[in-house]
Amino acid sequence: MKITLAKGLNAGLRKAMEDDPKVLIMGEDVGKLGGVFRITDGLQKDFGEDRVIDSPLAESGILGTAVGMAMRGYRPVCEIQFDGFVYPAYDQIVSQVAKLHFRSQGKVRMPMVIRIPFGGGIGAVEHHSESPEAQFAHTPGLKVVACSNPVDGYWMIQQAIASDDPVVFLEPKRQYHADKAELDESATPAPLFSSRVVRSGTDVTLLAYGPTVKTCLAAAEAAAREGRSLEVIDLRTLSPLDMGPVLESVRRTGRAITVHEAHVNLGMGAEVAARITEQCFYALESPVLRVGGFDTPYPPSRIEEDYLPDLDRVLDAVDRAMEF
Amino acid sequence: MTTDVFSASQAAWNGEGPELVQLLTPEGERVDHPGISLDLGSPEEEAEVIRGFYRDMVLTRRIDTEATALQRHGELGIWAQLLGQEAAQIGSGRALRPQDFVFPTYREHGVAYCRGVDPLDLLGLFRGVDQGRWDPAEHNFGLYTIVIGAQTLHGVGYAMGIQRDGAVGTGDPERDAGVIAYFGDGASSQGDVNESFIFAASYNAPVVFFCQNNQWAISEPIERQSRIPLYQRALGFGFPGVRVDGNDVLATYAVTRAALQRARDGQGPTLVEAYTYRMGAHTTTDDPTRYRLSSDLEHWKLKDPIERVRVYLKRNGLADADFFGDVEAEAGRLGEHLRTGCKELPDPSPLSIFDHVYAEQTDELAVQKEGFAAYLESFDAEGATR
Repeated sequence: MKITLAKGLNAGLRKAMEDDPKVLIMGEDVGKLGGVFRITDGLQKDFGEDRVIDSPLAESGILGTAVGMAMRGYRPVCEIQFDGFVYPAYDQIVSQVAKLHFRSQGKVRMPMVIRIPFGGGIGAVEHHSESPEAQFAHTPGLKVVACSNPVDGYWMIQQAIASDDPVVFLEPKRQYHADKAELDESATPAPLFSSRVVRSGTDVTLLAYGPTVKTCLAAAEAAAREGRSLEVIDLRTLSPLDMGPVLESVRRTGRAITVHEAHVNLGMGAEVAARITEQCFYALESPVLRVGGFDTPYPPSRIEEDYLPDLDRVLDAVDRAMEF
Repeated sequence: MTTDVFSASQAAWNGEGPELVQLLTPEGERVDHPGISLDLGSPEEEAEVIRGFYRDMVLTRRIDTEATALQRHGELGIWAQLLGQEAAQIGSGRALRPQDFVFPTYREHGVAYCRGVDPLDLLGLFRGVDQGRWDPAEHNFGLYTIVIGAQTLHGVGYAMGIQRDGAVGTGDPERDAGVIAYFGDGASSQGDVNESFIFAASYNAPVVFFCQNNQWAISEPIERQSRIPLYQRALGFGFPGVRVDGNDVLATYAVTRAALQRARDGQGPTLVEAYTYRMGAHTTTDDPTRYRLSSDLEHWKLKDPIERVRVYLKRNGLADADFFGDVEAEAGRLGEHLRTGCKELPDPSPLSIFDHVYAEQTDELAVQKEGFAAYLESFDAEGATR
């Protein structure tokens, strides 16, 4: 069966709800409408209003009540409608969701998933195209993952829901209804907190997650036509980072470039670059380079493609790495 | 006389509303209230309950005074005092059933005591040896929450869980459960508290919002938070609000018990405003003389929550000198338990920093812990060679 990312996530949520009656979905417009991106399409109809809960329009309220539900033994899956609307809930996420297990010395668990459609490229107005992942990865107590494709969407959402720790689950909204992929529901998925080589190469390692995996794969394809061999790694997990495949790759290629839509300054690329430098300094042929959004607010949509890292900016960085 | 629409609505807000619910005056006189009754059984049973309230309040005050003294002796880093709020906490705490769940602020020492939490366990947070050491599931009493008002949303979510468990409105007194979420007058300005009202109303959640209006949010008086009596805010959210004399343990008990029963019966949320006064400081680091008049304090001392019960019991011959002596002796033993126990609370191991960040430990943290352990051991090795 070929599915989109939206369908993969929808099927994964459905499977999780079938497998565990304690799984609840809560968010704005997730019920009858099926979410503004239709990720929860049909779930309220099949699982009822007690399990697929249309919430009042208040993000802190969604996350704060989810904390109480988790304390009562439920596994809430909260949908934040758009990345830029997570901030009203930021206090509950950072001060409560992330810290309750620690505060209680393990007596209170927070098995919660916070789904956030993230990234740009959809021609939206302000606050609808942001990439806030570093703010959550910087918060101990949270785990942060990003899916990049339909098959991962199907498996990773189920694995995140099964996790006994709170997981911020980032979904590249530009990909929701884009490419289709073949889903084999009988396959065994990779562990949730693992990164993966998605294209092998020998000259440079591209490190991406979420929407930029597709960008990097396209860049590798273009580079191959010019005789350059780029390896692409889908990081998938941002906290914890799974550095094993990254270090193994960089030891072979000697060059690494991080690519994300988020601002470069103190972004995930900075942490990945620091760890590469710490752990395989002598294998490096060039400094680790970072490609990402500029350190500006997200721009008006008519110029968003200038802001977002694209194939050419990735290849420009590849040139710089090779010429160093 | 004509009234424009704005002044008409203002007049409604300035209206009297339900008057303060009081069943025991500051002078120790039992009075009736037309809106609520208090049935405590036979006269003997009633006397027993009221003596119990007295004992609870005396012990609660002793927890507070001992902890304040421990802070002054340097054994606690800070202490959040409840002096003056004993009736609000015991009256509401004793209205709970075992299956109800409490979401406290960081000042609910009397409620914690009602839930069977060892008062010594309350000190850990303030001493700095932990961030709350009791098991919330064992006592149905959540951990102290320091971010103002955040716990009210947790309470509503927990109540929504109770609804989903089918533990509301079944008529089974052992099964039906409710939540009580505590907060203060300052917290009433927080977005989370207002969102919790909205969510509770929207889902008709079985929750009692218990606001101890002690008149002061550190240095800011209630007038900075609200232009209307706080209990009246509930009406705007679509559920009942009641103002009770928070220094009257009988009235607080009666109102909270009824509000909790409404919740358990499936009749939805209630706001109870316990009108009281913070007779001490906000915490042991605060200095109320900078912002309030000592005459206010003297005025409220006349409304002391414990004294009025003592007067009532004595005047009506419901307690003798032996009873009061026994309570004092018990308070003394509690004080000794706290003084001794506090100093014996062990510091956590430095390596425990890493232990409960996650339910499933990450490799990253395991490596950090190993590294830190090796670093600490390197000092031991140096010491060994000295």
